[in-house]
Amino acid sequence: MKKHLLAILLLVAPTVSLASGGNIHLDKANIDPQNKESLQRGVRTFVNYCMGCHSAKYQRYNRTARDLGLSDDEVLHNLMFTGEKLGDHMDIAMTPADAKNWFGAAPPDLTLVARVRGVDWLYTYLRSFYRDASRPFGVNNRVFPNVGMPNVLWRLQGIQEPVYETITDDEGREHQALEGLELKDVGLQSPAEFDRTVRDLVNYLAYMGEPIKHQRMALGVKVLLFLLVFFVIAYLLKKEYWKDVH
Amino acid sequence: MGMLISMRDWVDARFPMTKMWEEHLSKYYAPKNFNFWYFFGSLALLVLVIQIITGIFLTMNYKPDATQAFASVEYIMRDVDWGWLIRYMHSTGASAFFIVVYLHMFRGMLYGSYKGPRELIWLFGMMIYLALMAEAFFGYLLPWGQMSYWGAQVIVSLFGAIPGIGDSLSLWIRGDYVISDVTLNRFFALHVIAVPLVLVALVVMHILALHEVGSNNPDGVEIKKNKDENGIPRDGIPFHPYYTVKDIAGVVMFLMFFAFVLFFIPEGGGYFLEAPNFEPANPLKTPEHIAPVWYFTPYYAMLRAITFDIGPLSSKFLGVIVMGAAVVILFFLPWLDRSPVKSIRYRGPIYKIMLALFVVSFAVLGYLGTQAPTDLKTLLAQVGTAVYFAFFLLMPIYTKFDPTKPVPERVTMGSH
Repeated sequence: MKKHLLAILLLVAPTVSLASGGNIHLDKANIDPQNKESLQRGVRTFVNYCMGCHSAKYQRYNRTARDLGLSDDEVLHNLMFTGEKLGDHMDIAMTPADAKNWFGAAPPDLTLVARVRGVDWLYTYLRSFYRDASRPFGVNNRVFPNVGMPNVLWRLQGIQEPVYETITDDEGREHQALEGLELKDVGLQSPAEFDRTVRDLVNYLAYMGEPIKHQRMALGVKVLLFLLVFFVIAYLLKKEYWKDVH
Repeated sequence: MGMLISMRDWVDARFPMTKMWEEHLSKYYAPKNFNFWYFFGSLALLVLVIQIITGIFLTMNYKPDATQAFASVEYIMRDVDWGWLIRYMHSTGASAFFIVVYLHMFRGMLYGSYKGPRELIWLFGMMIYLALMAEAFFGYLLPWGQMSYWGAQVIVSLFGAIPGIGDSLSLWIRGDYVISDVTLNRFFALHVIAVPLVLVALVVMHILALHEVGSNNPDGVEIKKNKDENGIPRDGIPFHPYYTVKDIAGVVMFLMFFAFVLFFIPEGGGYFLEAPNFEPANPLKTPEHIAPVWYFTPYYAMLRAITFDIGPLSSKFLGVIVMGAAVVILFFLPWLDRSPVKSIRYRGPIYKIMLALFVVSFAVLGYLGTQAPTDLKTLLAQVGTAVYFAFFLLMPIYTKFDPTKPVPERVTMGSH
C-alpha cells in the first residue's frame, strides 16, 4: 500500500508543483538515453511532427540510423520522405525567408536545442500549450509565453484549457493569473501515453545534441582507469628516486 | 653506444645540446622542499602544449567564416574522426589553463616568489597572463555561438568608453560597425598565430629568468647562499631526475581531473561551455543575460560595480579604468610588498588576513560576474572591488608593520 501511495504521490507531484505559478516549475524529463526503442519512437515523432518546419541540419540520417540501431532500409522507408540520400543532413525544404514570412520568425534548427534549453525545459514546454484565441494559431504556452509555434502535437495530446485564478495585488486591484492547465478534449493518446511520446521525443533531441555522449563516457571510464594505474606507477617511481633526499 | 656518444659529441661541437640539457635539467638545482603548490608551473606548460596541439588539429577542419564557423564546429563534433575529443580537450583546456595559472600565481603570493631577485619572472608571468586573456578572448569568438558573438560585442564596446578615441578604437578592433565576418577572420589570425607566438616567447623568457636566479621555495630561503665545496646548493637537488619524476606523478593526477571533466562534464556545468553558445550567433537577437566565461567574471563584476559618474567621467569609463587597473596593479606586486620575509610561513597575521580577504573577494567577484545584477549584488561587488584594491594599495603599509618570524638558515622538509 505504501508503495502505491508513493507512486501516486510521484505521479501527482509534477502537476502540483506545475500549478505553483510564477517562475515556471519544470517537470523532470527522466529520459533514458540507453533505451533504443525510446529513441526510435522519438525520431519517428521528430520526423513526422517537427521536421515540417524545423531542420536538424548538423545531423545526418545515417548517423541517426547507426546510433539508434536502425538499418538503412528502415530509415529510408520510414523516416525519409522527399528523396534525400542516406548521408544527407536532416534538412528541410522551407527557406528561412519563407519561414519568417509565415511565422514571424524562422523556426530554429533543433540539432542542438537540448543543449541550449535543457531536457526538462523541452519536456515541460511541449506539454504546456493551451487554448488562447488571441494568438495567431489559437494556442499559447505557459513555459514560453506568446511563442510563435502552434501546438503541433494537439492531435495526440488533445486541447488544454487555461485555469485562471484571481489574484489581488498590493494596491487592491484584481488580476487574472494563469493557475494551471486542464485537459478538456482528450486527443488520440491518454495523458500518460502523451507524456511518453514527449519523453521519447526529448530523448531523441538530447541524443541529437551530442551523438557521441555515450561513447565519450564509455571511453572516459577506460581513460580514468588507465590513469589510475599510471599514477600508482608514477608515484612508486617518484618514491624510489626520492629515497636519498633528506 | 660508442656511436651514440660520438653523435652527441658531433652535435655538441656545433650546438649547445648537452650544455642546455645540463643548465636547465640535469644540473639545474631546485630546492628540495617544493610542495603541492609547485606542480602548477609545469602543469601550465603541459596545458599550453595540449592547447597548441589540439588547436593545430582543430584548424584543419574549422572554417573562420561567419556563415560556416558554427557548422564547422559541429562538423568537427560529429563527422571528424575523434574531432569531438580534440574539441573538448581544447575547450576544457582553456578553462584548465586559467585554473592552473590562477593557482600558480597564488603560489607566488603565498611564498613571495615575486620578491627580489625574481621581479622579472613575475613581470614575464604577468605578461603571459595578459597574453592568455587575449588568447582566450579571441578564441571564444571562433565557435560563433550566441555567447561568442555577444560577449565579443560587449568587450569590444568597452573600448568605446575611452573618451575621444573610443569609438574609432573599437571600430578599428572590429574592422566593422558590429562584430562580423571581418572580426572573426582577424580574431582567428590573432588566436592561431599572433598571440600563441607571443605566448611561447614569453614562456621561454619566464623560464630563462627563473633558471638564471633559481627557484624560490615554501620557506623563501635562498638556497644559493649555502653551497657545498663543489658549488652545489646544499638544499638543492637536480631538477632531472628528481622533479621530472615527481612532476610525472603530478601530471597524471592533473590528467585525472582533466579527463573527468572532458569525458563526463565537458560543459563544466555551463561554465566551461555556456548553453547559449550552442545557438548560432544572431546579430539581431540579444541574449537575456550576457556573462563572460568564468575566468573573466571577477573583472567583469568590477566593471559593473562602478555605477556612478564622477564629474565628467561616465560610470562606464570609470568601470573600464577599474577593470584595467585591477589587472595592471598585479604587475606592481614586487614593489608594493615591503615585508623583509618572502614566505607566508614567516609572515605575521596581517598579511595572512589580507591574503585571505583577497582570495575571498576574488572568488565572490567571480561568482557575481556570472549573475544578473541586483541592488544587493552590486553593493557586494563594490565591497569586493574595494577589498581587492585595498589588498594591493595598503600593502606597502601593512607589510612594513606586520611582525615577522625568524627565517631559518636552511629549508625545512616535511615528509614526502
